[in-house]
Amino acid sequence: MKPAPFTYHRAESLAEAAEMAATLDNARLLSGGQSLMAMMNLRYVAVDHLIDLNPVAEIAGITIGSGRVTLGAMTRQRTVLEDAALATCCPILREALGFVGHVQTRNRGTVGGSLAHLDPAAELPGMAALLGAEITLTSQDGARRVAMADYPLGYMTPDINEGEILTTLSFDAWPSAHGWDFREFAQRHGDFAMAGVGSLITLDTDGRIDRAAVVLIGVDDGPVRPTDVEAMMIGETPSDALFRAAGALIAERPMAGDALVTEAYRQHLAGVLLRRSLANACVRASESAHA
Amino acid sequence: MPDALPERRITLTVNGKEHSAVTEDRYSLADFLRHGLGLTGTHLGCEHGVCGACTVLVDGEAVRGCLMLAVQAEGRQVTTIEGLAGDDGTLSPLQAAFMDNHGLQCGFCTPGILTTLTAYLRDNPDADEPELREALSGNICRCTGYDTIVRAALAAADAMRKGATA
Amino acid sequence: MSSTAFVGQRVKRVEDPDLLTGRGQFLDDLKLPGLLEAAFVRSPFAHATFTEIDAAEARAMPGVVAVLTARDLPAEMLDKRILLQVPHPEITYAVTQEPLATSEVCFVGEAVAVVIAESRHLAEDAAERVIVDWEPLPATAHCDAALKPGAPAVHSTMTDNIAGRLNLSFGDVDAAFRNAAHVIRERYEPHRGTGHPMECRGVVAVYDLVSDAFRIWSSTQTPHNTQRAVIDMFGLAEDHVRVITPDVGGGFGPKNQVYPEELVIPAAARLLGRPVKWAEDRREHFLTTTQERDQVWDVAAAVDDDGRLLGIKGTLIHDAGAYLPWGIIMPYISATTLPGPYKLPAYRMAVTIAFTNLVPTTPLRGAGRPQAVFAMERLLDAVAAKLGLDPAEVRRRNFIQASDMPYDMGLTYRDGAPVMYDTGDYPDAQAKALAAAGYDDFPARQKAALAQGRHIGIGIGNYVEGTGLGPFEGATIRILTNGRVAIYTGAAAAGQAHRTTLAQICADELNIDVTDIDVVGGDTGVMPRGAGTYASRITVNAGSSTRMAATELRGKALALAAAKFDVKPEDVELTHGAVRIKGEQGDSITFEELAKMTSGMPGYALPKGVKPDLEASGYFTPPQATYSNGSHVAEVEVDPETGQVTILKYTVVHDCGTIINPMLVDGQVQGGVAHGIGNALLERMVFDADANPLTTTFADYLMPTAEIVPTCDIVHMESPTPLNPLGAKGAGEGGTIPAPAAIVAAVENALSPFGIRITDCPITPQRIVELINAASETNQEDR
Ligand code: FES
Ligand code: FES
Repeated sequence: MKPAPFTYHRAESLAEAAEMAATLDNARLLSGGQSLMAMMNLRYVAVDHLIDLNPVAEIAGITIGSGRVTLGAMTRQRTVLEDAALATCCPILREALGFVGHVQTRNRGTVGGSLAHLDPAAELPGMAALLGAEITLTSQDGARRVAMADYPLGYMTPDINEGEILTTLSFDAWPSAHGWDFREFAQRHGDFAMAGVGSLITLDTDGRIDRAAVVLIGVDDGPVRPTDVEAMMIGETPSDALFRAAGALIAERPMAGDALVTEAYRQHLAGVLLRRSLANACVRASESAHA
Repeated sequence: MPDALPERRITLTVNGKEHSAVTEDRYSLADFLRHGLGLTGTHLGCEHGVCGACTVLVDGEAVRGCLMLAVQAEGRQVTTIEGLAGDDGTLSPLQAAFMDNHGLQCGFCTPGILTTLTAYLRDNPDADEPELREALSGNICRCTGYDTIVRAALAAADAMRKGATA
Repeated sequence: MSSTAFVGQRVKRVEDPDLLTGRGQFLDDLKLPGLLEAAFVRSPFAHATFTEIDAAEARAMPGVVAVLTARDLPAEMLDKRILLQVPHPEITYAVTQEPLATSEVCFVGEAVAVVIAESRHLAEDAAERVIVDWEPLPATAHCDAALKPGAPAVHSTMTDNIAGRLNLSFGDVDAAFRNAAHVIRERYEPHRGTGHPMECRGVVAVYDLVSDAFRIWSSTQTPHNTQRAVIDMFGLAEDHVRVITPDVGGGFGPKNQVYPEELVIPAAARLLGRPVKWAEDRREHFLTTTQERDQVWDVAAAVDDDGRLLGIKGTLIHDAGAYLPWGIIMPYISATTLPGPYKLPAYRMAVTIAFTNLVPTTPLRGAGRPQAVFAMERLLDAVAAKLGLDPAEVRRRNFIQASDMPYDMGLTYRDGAPVMYDTGDYPDAQAKALAAAGYDDFPARQKAALAQGRHIGIGIGNYVEGTGLGPFEGATIRILTNGRVAIYTGAAAAGQAHRTTLAQICADELNIDVTDIDVVGGDTGVMPRGAGTYASRITVNAGSSTRMAATELRGKALALAAAKFDVKPEDVELTHGAVRIKGEQGDSITFEELAKMTSGMPGYALPKGVKPDLEASGYFTPPQATYSNGSHVAEVEVDPETGQVTILKYTVVHDCGTIINPMLVDGQVQGGVAHGIGNALLERMVFDADANPLTTTFADYLMPTAEIVPTCDIVHMESPTPLNPLGAKGAGEGGTIPAPAAIVAAVENALSPFGIRITDCPITPQRIVELINAASETNQEDR
């Protein structure tokens, strides 16, 4: 299990990386490599050129300012997991990142790599969808912004053109008084989930849900925002019946099925996880509102 | 496929010693350590990033040696199992605890587990059993059933808190 | 009399210092000048024929030294298949693999060509360019389907897919069923998994033209079988083939076969005149290393009103895979293991061994026993449910008692001897396990948990395991002229710490320290005869041989020293590497001096009757298997909504006779249970309808991790066997054997409010949810 030969290119700056991306044929960008290298070792992927973004410091790091959060593409997953400011303004990220692989892979794996790989069960694209994030793609021709909602074009197919480099992910943080929950189901910690759910909730002063965002991962070609579920939450007082109704609604949605995990089981899991996730997010929303 | 196999010279520090050697661009760090430098203590158990046998420390942090290229280690500090004992060969507290607690059987997973735990216990000297089990969840051991590994890690943490060093 | 300073103690392992510092030498670590590396071209189809292999482009690739197909192999190998390891009269089609397939492949991964190049990377580059004109054929993916009329033939030369049939019986089964108060019938389907040692397989071969001899290193449990197969293939004299095991990174059974690569790589080394290495990668391991566990049991139990067994009858279909490297040993073991620790008056099992287009099956930790124990224990749980009895009570009513020992079950074991349990106290083992597990309080705990909405359950698995099989394993012990002691043995270790165990036995006998002893094993060059590390047999066989040799050597050292001092042998004794005259200070002679004297020292005549060299050999040949036993109790929590199972507590009572090193036995048990947890909950090789494997990475085939496997509570019992000088029995597999039965029973018990019945394993979360849904639909229909 050794990769097919390729030429390695070390990009020292974003400009250099963009130039390489524009000029080298059959090239791939290498960020954390935690999925790409495995696929290359298995010879599922073979390229002529590998452009290493790891030295490009200008696209690594976390900035938080006036409610807007920007994650550089080369920010390591471990950094996201452990960043205290991020945990305060966007606690669901820490909860979700805890499910990403293992310490050894989070030390290398990056935000941008996960978004570019776009595994249907990956947590980071799920978070991007949940937070309504915007992705910046940079090429020699300049920068292009894509809403996460439009970014997945199909199964593991992101909207990235030849020569473009994913450079940042940015989104607005939710108000400090919000509830969050991320959970997923896999038999072992760190595995890709058979299904996962993230929820964000805010409550009005009467304790009714006034804002809700939900994402499902691992159930379709890419992360799914079930707008029907989100809509049915608004104006409602959190209750078990409400969460059950949401779970029942999601369990009817067509989902992916394969030889190892059936569609019926995914639907069932999604319903259970959604119910539990909404319930916990609402509890936390109410706690944070009274904090 | 390119006509000539791309290769380059890299310089890096492994276990405190500087090495300069030529590697094919496509060699993983683990393959380079094993075949390029003859440091065969780092093992390959899956080469697809799941088993953890290949774990080495790069600039002190645990990474999968099968998922990082040798050329990416240019200028870096790499630590392998061969570099864990003291200069005089004294076992590190972790290695000694593995011997005392029967933390290994065939020893094939052991290099990745020792490197992982070396970094983890440095950062989390007071780790408890559930935390250690999570820290170990990226390393597969087929022989031991993990119990003795966890005991060894707890014993090593205890010894280090009491001041043991390699 | 020897001391017991080491035997029975938690002696630290002599293997550890090298392994802890990266100085282990595993197969892929071997460095030889001019070493070439190999990659195989393998079938992408489960069943296909081919006529042409076009390797022209591959041969022209950079660094490629050769591409060999079956036609390019040496003439001696033509039309030959690998030696069948265990022949049996009931085998109807004794087909083993060809070194390289010549025209037909019967499972995905079967090799048709090999590329030899300057590196593994280059060899893989070229292997991709080898073109084979495949002609796919229909394939059979499951043993049950294989026997159905019209099933695709696994081998195109066959008209049916039957590899053999076995009929085992004793007692009057028909009468038992006629007289039964209750008959319980069930179908059990344990599924395929595999061993997955963390080190895959591998071979290095060197051919020496001058002496026409091979030196072969193989990551195997059985260097002597590899040697035999190479000798058979090349028609060489025994001393022209030396097989050495380096450090082996786990075996668990699948490394106890001879594989095609172990013949092809030596052939390539001879053809090319350079050393050649093949190190299996994990994908190849998933495709080509043997697996086990697919079986279909249709069984019925006849019981009286009290739940006492009157008879069991049924059929067993066993999945052989595409070839029979180990013959039909596993289903034989399964059928003879089923009665377990219980008195069974009558038994009849009709076994059919079916070929499938899957990688062959061979013994894997437990070797047919986990399935048999699953069937028996699940059947007893069904009896308990039917009669409204506690599962522990049903077992109590059926146990063979300690006073019944030795107990003749009525069957013949695989070694040809009767299944004659030697020692053990099965009722007490269960009683101790229940006590340690808090079984009596469990109903209260379960009720309290349920009140909080938590579903917890408990399950029991009892077993008896034939271990320590012959034919023999040898040991030679020599006191060297530097004063150190060397033990030479055929036994090859794969993590079981044979060096430590054998050194303990020898150290006590010679009254020295384990660190004064070097153990050299797994090398046909130092020990010309050996069988292998399988069937939990090494401590019994090699250990007993070591004891025999050490005892003889001790006598020899005493006699020599006595002669030298001109006293009677009773008047001298061994003390820490020397022999001295008892009771007084003064005269003593070191091992070093003794060894020098006996190695031909000028002017020193050997005493009468003493042969040169301070050495002795033992070949222990056990009269029959010795039977280990144990009881496991699993306590689990199940989330009925997701199907997730968490093991809360796992209790093991384990009896493997006299324990040489409790630390090592605990390690074997804990590791074995982890494997059993995999079999119970996680590990399943899934194939599609065309027999293509779908789980070929560790991301799809789930191995137990540190967060899954709890710390077992292990209670030892020691019922020494009279069948060997140590009193020891095998310990390597007992952790695995009953675990699926106990865990699945616990899951079922946890879900008793839903009324589900679990008859297959591994039991996955998805399956649990399906069973719950199906049960609730049935309940609704009933209403
Ligand atoms: S070899 Fe790198 S994770 Fe298995
Ligand atoms: S000790 Fe063998 S795999 Fe861990």
